[in-house]
Amino acid sequence: MLFWFLAVALIASAVAVVTAAKPVYSVIALLAHFVTLAVVYVSLSAEFLAVTQILVYSGAILILFLFVIALLSSGVDSFEVGPDRLPKLPMPALFALVITLVAIVFSAAHAFAHVLPVITPTSQLAVGSAAAFGSVATFGAMLFTSQLLPFEITALILMVAVIGVVVLAGDHATLTPPDHERLRAIRRREREAILREGEAS
Amino acid sequence: MTPYVSVAIYLGVATVASLAFCILPGLLAQPRPNATKEEAYECGVEPTSVVGGRFPVRFYLIAMLFVIFDVEAASFYPWAVQMHALRAFGLGEMVTFVVTLGIGYAFVWKKGGLQWR
Repeated sequence: MLFWFLAVALIASAVAVVTAAKPVYSVIALLAHFVTLAVVYVSLSAEFLAVTQILVYSGAILILFLFVIALLSSGVDSFEVGPDRLPKLPMPALFALVITLVAIVFSAAHAFAHVLPVITPTSQLAVGSAAAFGSVATFGAMLFTSQLLPFEITALILMVAVIGVVVLAGDHATLTPPDHERLRAIRRREREAILREGEAS
Repeated sequence: MTPYVSVAIYLGVATVASLAFCILPGLLAQPRPNATKEEAYECGVEPTSVVGGRFPVRFYLIAMLFVIFDVEAASFYPWAVQMHALRAFGLGEMVTFVVTLGIGYAFVWKKGGLQWR
């Protein structure tokens, strides 16, 4: 019963994300989607995943979306819908979607056939109690003992991401003095352009 | 589900309160706009151009670092819950984790990625 309510809410908010006229409304719909998804995780006894969903997705990534919208556009202008570049897409897309879904369901059913019977009976303990399946305590115990290697590899991957960001976007520290001169000249020209724009309007 | 009832109540109250803040002023206020009130800064320098302009790519650098270290912070929660059970072993694991990320952090710091110029 709860699942169907959540499913309808999830689909409705997802549709709202892609159909909203203003980007800020899209983000608000996405927020509703993420929070509903967290409730789904809780109902599946994935407590830690639900908390992470709220913290990382709603807390960090959505705020970034809001910042980008605030900085890129005024946030007031509506989107202009351009010409349909892929007029013949819906049918092949639907076909591919059905095939992908069937493949996912079959492979998941195959891969988790031995796990599912183990998972289902554990819901006797109330969700939220410390010893229940999927609680933060049991998750932590697993993560730091049997799943230790993936956890430490995550640290490596995050470190690669940190270094990658700096290499891609933040390499201003290597500017040589001539570059500084050029940068100052560019800034001066920008300021003059802004002033001229102000006088013109 | 019982512990989550309070969370649901909290979420509901927060939603209702923030919606009220958004909707009530529109219903109660009597708008009498004029040109000066419509300006971005009612009593400041007149804007010379549109506010939304170009901004440095450095913003994305800080944003990406924020997300990455947010994920790092999230992985502290299960350790905090299991800290006493795991004892020195868990501490060692977390130190390894933090040192690995600390290398990346030191790299960013050295490269001047945390300075806003």
